Amino acid sequence: MQDLAYLFHGFAVVLTPFNFGLMLLGIVLGVIIGVLPGLGAANGIAILLPLTFTMPPTSAIIMLSCIYWGALFGGAIASILFNIPGEPWSVATTFDGYPLAQQGRAGEALTTSFTSSFVGAFFAVLMITFLAPIIARFALRFGPAEYFSVYLLTFCSFVGMGKGSPAKILASMMIGFALSTVGIDIVTGQLRMTFGLVSLLKGFDFLIAVIGLFGIGEILLSMEEGLAFSGATARINPKVVLETWKKLPRYWLTFLRSTVIGIWMGVTPGGATPASFMSYGAAKKFSKDGDKFGTGVVEGLVAPETAAHAAGTSALLPMITLGIPGSPTAAVLLGGLLIWGLQPGPLLFQEKPDFVWGLIASMYLGNVVGLIVVLSLVPAFAAILRIPFAIIAPVIVVICAIGAYTVNNSMHDIWFMLGFGVVGYVFKKLNYPMAPLVLALVLGNAAESSFRQAMLSSQGSLGILFSNGLVGGITTLALVMLFWPLISKGLRSVRPSRAPKVPAEQPVD
Amino acid sequence: MDEASGNGNAGRSVVSTRTMEAVVAALVFGFGATFVYQSVKLGFRWGSDGPQSGFFPFYVALIICGSSLAVFVNALRGKAGRRDESFVERGQLWKVMQVLIPAAIFVLGVELIGIYVSSAIYIALFMRFLGKYSWVKSVLIAVIICIALFFMFEVWFQVPLYKGTWDLTSWTGY
Repeated sequence: MQDLAYLFHGFAVVLTPFNFGLMLLGIVLGVIIGVLPGLGAANGIAILLPLTFTMPPTSAIIMLSCIYWGALFGGAIASILFNIPGEPWSVATTFDGYPLAQQGRAGEALTTSFTSSFVGAFFAVLMITFLAPIIARFALRFGPAEYFSVYLLTFCSFVGMGKGSPAKILASMMIGFALSTVGIDIVTGQLRMTFGLVSLLKGFDFLIAVIGLFGIGEILLSMEEGLAFSGATARINPKVVLETWKKLPRYWLTFLRSTVIGIWMGVTPGGATPASFMSYGAAKKFSKDGDKFGTGVVEGLVAPETAAHAAGTSALLPMITLGIPGSPTAAVLLGGLLIWGLQPGPLLFQEKPDFVWGLIASMYLGNVVGLIVVLSLVPAFAAILRIPFAIIAPVIVVICAIGAYTVNNSMHDIWFMLGFGVVGYVFKKLNYPMAPLVLALVLGNAAESSFRQAMLSSQGSLGILFSNGLVGGITTLALVMLFWPLISKGLRSVRPSRAPKVPAEQPVD
Repeated sequence: MDEASGNGNAGRSVVSTRTMEAVVAALVFGFGATFVYQSVKLGFRWGSDGPQSGFFPFYVALIICGSSLAVFVNALRGKAGRRDESFVERGQLWKVMQVLIPAAIFVLGVELIGIYVSSAIYIALFMRFLGKYSWVKSVLIAVIICIALFFMFEVWFQVPLYKGTWDLTSWTGY
């Protein structure tokens, strides 16, 4: 019960005027970031991270995580009103959301999607509240071998659960690892992979990669498509909200199913985007109105939004308990922790309970406040999309450049950002997933040093990864995940499978 | 913004997805091979005090080479269809370059004359030539945005930004 006391203390921390103000600011900024194509949660937070260097860590994490909640809400606005997914996880929201808006039911669609987001996030936070302390206590017993096996599991899950070519997932992940080795070797102090260039001494900062890959890359893609915004107008009045809320409880099973899918995909690093597609597919399969999906069915909106928000929220569980982020955005938040001088991982719960429980409390409050903010301010946010792209595009490039510069106050980083932008554009067009690259770049050093420590204690024998039940179990699971594409192919040849229900061209996040 | 789509060549493919797949796979392979070479030079074996510096990058780079080879073979061998679609059409490439090249010049500008002045010029020219706004409107909006950025970073958050080799904003005292 001590945890509950901490949680209430956390609420008290969040409700101080300064922190509450930051929370509101974070949510409004987040929704703007979510609405604008080209600015996503991951790069938006990466850009704003340097502004928090001087704040106390608890206030900083409250603001940054609220940007994340805001972006999760905001993605839906652009999808429903303009048929433009502001974020990759809201692609599935356009399937039924935009038709609803065209039928003049935009208010109903927005209310449904915001409420679903809220429900998904709420249950995910509930899960985090009760599971996080248990996992953190358990993880205190982890040694280097256990940590390495958990890293292995994280990365193998990308291969096992990712959509698209396993070779591309592997290539993109390993490029991330390779880039993380550039600079000074943290174990021996030797310089590596710098090719004699001074600008490479410090290595590649993953924040630069995030800003380039997701920010500049996305602008190039949007430009190619020649975005012309034309959308439905939306006004939400309390009557529509209440009427929609009256109807929603009948979809309790869809809510439940989508939440479970979302939490599962968020904790394992599947991410919010695959979660939203899986959940949409499952809802279509199990629903009585399955055939009508895509023409504007409320249920088809409930499913992806609930799952995306549940996944986005639960991606923070492995981040705060083990120091392993479940999504690029969680990775950026983890980078923030390191910059503020906090060591993410199980010890955080014992050493900085204020910080951890402040964060968890801000998840509850942030989502409640977020729901109220988006419901009341939708017309204002929709108006942002009417600002012409010829103004938005250069401003986003400028903001990305500023963000890249402020990370290390280094001019080289702006050039690297531009380079990553071109890579991001090409990779996105060829369906190389970007999340594994970013996570590998973040975790590269930690994964390498835990691997080397484990190898040292076993004198170079890989047997240490199977030395006890725990580490052996995790390693085996990781290997199953790694070879899952082959295993499932084998299973399918034995037993003919049904045709996939979800469109084949799912984006890979 | 649309002058490119007006001429007849806009829809013509510049390069097919299949070719692009192969080229990118080859580049990734080259990247991996460079890292393999560097790791071998650093020492990728088991030293007297444990694994050497090149140990981890060596295996990482080997996997890069292996997987890019797989993508390469798939690209050449793959069935016709999506792979033979256009990677980018001429009109699209033109639009992408319209953003990319000015962005590169903008970054060069940041290097020379600092972030604020360079941003103002970049936003104004982008609006004038790609957005077809009037000079007055373009310059006005660009200058307002940059002054707002200046106050936000230099004054309120006290995060100094890059002023360039030739500092044109030194008169502000920040």
